[in-house]
Amino acid sequence: MSWSEHDADDESAGPLVRPYAMTHGRTRASADFDLITLVVAARSPHPDEFWEPEHLSILELAQRPVSVAELAARMNVPAGVVRVLLDDLRAQGALIVRAASLETSTPNLTILKAVADGLRAL
Amino acid sequence: MAYAHSDRPVRGTSAVATMPMAVKILIAGGFGAGKTTMVASVSEIEPLRTEELITAESVGVDDLSGVEGKNTTTVALDFGRITLTDNLILYLFGTPGQDRFWFVWDELATGALGAVVLADTRRLDDSFPSVDYFEKRGIPFVVAVNCFDGAKQYDPADIRIALDLDDDVLVLLCDARDRASTKEILISFVEDLIRKAQR
Repeated sequence: MSWSEHDADDESAGPLVRPYAMTHGRTRASADFDLITLVVAARSPHPDEFWEPEHLSILELAQRPVSVAELAARMNVPAGVVRVLLDDLRAQGALIVRAASLETSTPNLTILKAVADGLRAL
Repeated sequence: MAYAHSDRPVRGTSAVATMPMAVKILIAGGFGAGKTTMVASVSEIEPLRTEELITAESVGVDDLSGVEGKNTTTVALDFGRITLTDNLILYLFGTPGQDRFWFVWDELATGALGAVVLADTRRLDDSFPSVDYFEKRGIPFVVAVNCFDGAKQYDPADIRIALDLDDDVLVLLCDARDRASTKEILISFVEDLIRKAQR
């Protein structure tokens, strides 16, 4: 199968750019981006900053708090790529991160009650 | 919401204070048990699909040539979202195939409140690997028996015996297509967690 067999807009053909090209080959981000880690844009990009189009997509999608999983799904790039890009944005102060609580053994009773109440109210 | 104006700088501490919290519950079970159906029945958005690109440890950070080679594969994860309050978002993640990708399960399970294991009475055996996974790791779960059209109604007690479940594991009947039914399952699960946490 060669690329020429597909139309550029054929979604089933998969990404035309190798996913980690967007990150300049970097495949690792800091470990604290879970799939449900929420992020929100802290500011608009400065004109003198250089961002990849994918960085700018994230800032656009993160006008309201949004999870890593949602960003990956909406941008149609693997979650691992999103994590690296988020790392870049956070390093420049363009993004605020709320890491998910990662305790499994001792679920916080207050949170559990809030979840139950929220579900009942749906 | 405070984030409505993108051109207004948001100060770190105040933004973090108003940032919602996210929690997740996994929806597990065998192939065709109705995982994505259950997610879709209660999600406020069309279920989304995210892909995790699994890269072998040996692939160096500069080795672009290997990134899509035989050392990598992708795992698709379907998930939905329920905004419970302004400050609390619940994500439901369907787990990927039970035959492989256990390390993706590990990542999904980290920080999860627990799991709903969907059981299909026509293929009850299919839910064994999920039950086994959560039991071994001490991750709380309930078994939700998906009552498909025409499927014979089962007694939860029989399911408990068939799956060799501990007495404290809830077994409930549900219709994964039905929003109210899925909601009931999730509420029962969380209420069970609260009861056990208060013991």
